[in-house]
Amino acid sequence: MSTNDDVVVTGLGATTPLGGDVASTWEALLAGRSGISRITDDWVAEFPAQLVARMAVDPAEKLDRVRARRLDRSQQAAVVAAEEAWRSSGAADAGVDPERIAVVIGTGIGGALTLLGQDDVLEEKGPKKVSPFTIPMLMPNGPAAAVGLAVGAKGGVHAPVSACASGAEAIRWGLDLIRFDRADVVLVGGAEACVHPLPMAGFAAMRAMSTRNDEPERASRPFDKGRDGFVLGEGAAALVLERGDAARARGATIHARLAGAGATADGYDLVAPHPEGEGAGRAIRAALRDAGLTQADVGHVNAHATSTPVGDTAEAAAIRGALGEHVLVTATKSQTGHLLGAAGALEAVFTILALRDQIVPATANLDDPDDDAAVQALDIVRREPRRASFSAAVNDSFGFGGHNIALVFTTA
Amino acid sequence: MSEDIQAGLAEILEEVAGVSPADATPEKSFTEDLDVDSLSMVEIATEVENKFGVAIPDDELANIKTVGDAITFIQKNRG
Repeated sequence: MSTNDDVVVTGLGATTPLGGDVASTWEALLAGRSGISRITDDWVAEFPAQLVARMAVDPAEKLDRVRARRLDRSQQAAVVAAEEAWRSSGAADAGVDPERIAVVIGTGIGGALTLLGQDDVLEEKGPKKVSPFTIPMLMPNGPAAAVGLAVGAKGGVHAPVSACASGAEAIRWGLDLIRFDRADVVLVGGAEACVHPLPMAGFAAMRAMSTRNDEPERASRPFDKGRDGFVLGEGAAALVLERGDAARARGATIHARLAGAGATADGYDLVAPHPEGEGAGRAIRAALRDAGLTQADVGHVNAHATSTPVGDTAEAAAIRGALGEHVLVTATKSQTGHLLGAAGALEAVFTILALRDQIVPATANLDDPDDDAAVQALDIVRREPRRASFSAAVNDSFGFGGHNIALVFTTA
Repeated sequence: MSEDIQAGLAEILEEVAGVSPADATPEKSFTEDLDVDSLSMVEIATEVENKFGVAIPDDELANIKTVGDAITFIQKNRG
């Protein structure tokens, strides 16, 4: 293994429906708390799906007021999560040349709140009243650009967009940037904040969202027979990646190794997953090969499992086929909701913390596992977190468009 | 009268660009002393129109370098 293949995680950050930082989010996850609630705004009355997982702490509260007003909510979340990851890594004090620092932050939708809010201004008040910050606030590279400015990155700022795989794709790009020696330190992650009537109506029109409006905390139920769709979440998560030798030399805390990544496309349908999870399984196998591991080495999977009827069974088949039946599976969207372009990054953080603490969070609301053969065969952790001993873990992420990303993390 | 305008302009500067009202004095340059960037200047122009009913055309905006320039322009053009 060449030096550049040893890529480690030295910083973690998050702002989520469960908490305003990594520690509070992880604590709430293990305690089984839900970040999901019912929308009470007047506009929601005619909506079939009325549930949402809003950030527990308004990211604007953590930023200087003037800075916050020039950032879309997705950018605010990205900056809050990235600054936590950056601080915790200690990279800022390590004297890294800014031209060797890169940023990769993905988003599924970008600055939807700004786009739609300024469209209202345009309709009601005319073009002269549209904010001059409209474009920088709505562009999908905005979260990456805002984070790049926040940490002074001059080695490249990138913004992968692959729907709900964007956050995981950003992590894979970061891995490659270090392996190809394009940067020494890469701040990676995902951000999303699009709780607004239009995306809610669009996802509802696809019949993709849960309509269990009277039971918010029980609505997101991956792998359960009663699942009826995902719950829209918002937030951001970020990781600091760097070369293992450099991190050890400066005495950094190493949370885990990012051992490998795999990316595939379904080539099947624009939005429907392949029913047997063919592309998803190939992504997991590719990630294992990349990491130089076999399925027996993997002890845990943080599944993408969004609680949609077809997606969860397709993924179960992929996991069973690529990793076998011994892995401990969890689906943390049962408590966080689905953070779209931030989901892969947040679940990577959870995967790393599971490795660090040797504990697998429970899948909430999995009362009655689906009759599907793969779901029945898998060991899906439920009711309470399970302690276990494992040195490698996989995180799956999939996005509309047929994008599949699998990441493999190993103990530091 | 120019004191009223200065106070109103100071409020706008604080809201849009985080400039402390005590710093919003006539001799100050927007870009050099108050760190107001070009997009924020556009936003300030919009707020000036909302508050004082004075529209600042783009070619005039380019000539407004200091807080004093803005006060003079508003004073001259207010109905």
